[in-house]
Amino acid sequence: MTQAEQERRFLEKIEKEIKIEPNDWMPDEYRQTLIRQISQHAHSEIVGMLPEGNWITRAPNLRRKAVLLAKVQDEAGHGLYLYSAAETLGADREQLIDDMHTGKAKYSSIFNYPAVTWADIGTIGWLVDGAAIMNQVALCRTSYGPYARAMVKICKEESFHQRQGYESLIKLCNGTPQQKAMAQDAMNRFWWPALMMFGPSDAESTHSDQSIKWKIKRFTNDELRQSFVDATVSQAEILGLTIPDPNLKWNEARGHYDFSEINWDEFWQVVKGNGPCNKERIAARLKAKEDGLWVREAANAFAKKRAMKKSA
Amino acid sequence: MSTSEWPLWEVFIRSKQGLNHKHVGSLRAPDATLALENARDVYTRRSEGISIWVVESAHIHATDIDEAAAFFEPSDTKIYRHPTFYEVPDGVKHM
Ligand SMILES: [Fe+2]
Ligand SMILES: [Fe+2]
Repeated sequence: MTQAEQERRFLEKIEKEIKIEPNDWMPDEYRQTLIRQISQHAHSEIVGMLPEGNWITRAPNLRRKAVLLAKVQDEAGHGLYLYSAAETLGADREQLIDDMHTGKAKYSSIFNYPAVTWADIGTIGWLVDGAAIMNQVALCRTSYGPYARAMVKICKEESFHQRQGYESLIKLCNGTPQQKAMAQDAMNRFWWPALMMFGPSDAESTHSDQSIKWKIKRFTNDELRQSFVDATVSQAEILGLTIPDPNLKWNEARGHYDFSEINWDEFWQVVKGNGPCNKERIAARLKAKEDGLWVREAANAFAKKRAMKKSA
Repeated sequence: MSTSEWPLWEVFIRSKQGLNHKHVGSLRAPDATLALENARDVYTRRSEGISIWVVESAHIHATDIDEAAAFFEPSDTKIYRHPTFYEVPDGVKHM
């Protein structure tokens, strides 16, 4: 079959909503785009464990501690599903991880902000997982089979992440004035970084067009960001929290909320490695890899020993 | 030494008695015992399974995607294998 014929058949599948599977022919750029996007997504799940993991021992009670532990454990699983999906494209998992450590590969810039109070943990569940869900629900229909299946599984697990965060904030917002103030402070710091999670505006986004054509992405960054704002405003009202944007208001004609322009300088600074926690996050990942080396080696040695015993 | 020396395993889960094991994903592990334990931890955190199979990916043999059309052709052409191929007069019951 000629390359042109294969390309035609590939595009026909995309057109007819037939999923692309690992051994199917695909354009090299489709493969590379997927590896970049899926690995970036996997890195985000893994790095995302750091700000929350930091609070497990300081959770205010046993229930919150068990919940946070379960959530962080889920995120580790999400990382695994996604690295596995990337591997089906021929990517080398070790290489992907090393690329994150050298800064060649990115992860979601939201995790370069610190979680400094307990209210940040509730806010991360509500806004950060909320924004992630908005993105991931859309990706359940992505054109690459293994990625879509990973997303379906992840979405099923994510819904509790957002709810537990919101529940925790409900408690704080109905607590003492200090607790309420702590929740508002967390909101003030996380609102804009959460909106930045959807990536650069459509006008600036370099990969968006082709990704939409190939149905890797089903909605643009700005469309998803708008859906997130529209969904979140009433949730903030119920909490009694103020969204830190004086220009946020319902636009009857558009049928959407208007909101202020994002501080893109800040966004690019954080993406380029100059956020409050970039260095700390990478250092923590590197340390985990190095400190875990003996465990991986011991597991290998043990597997070998057991295999030898079996064959003896 | 790194995890890339750990083989890739495919994970199959029986969600409940009476159903087939179904492929749910893959993972890396040094041996079958750890592959099963890892599979439990990542694929059955919410009572998704009562039984797990793990198979080293290298041991799976698959049909060739490029030959699929020719390979499955015999089944596509035998429409008389389907009940709808046969005409039965109106009014015939229980068939
Ligand atoms: Fe996640
Ligand atoms: Fe999550």
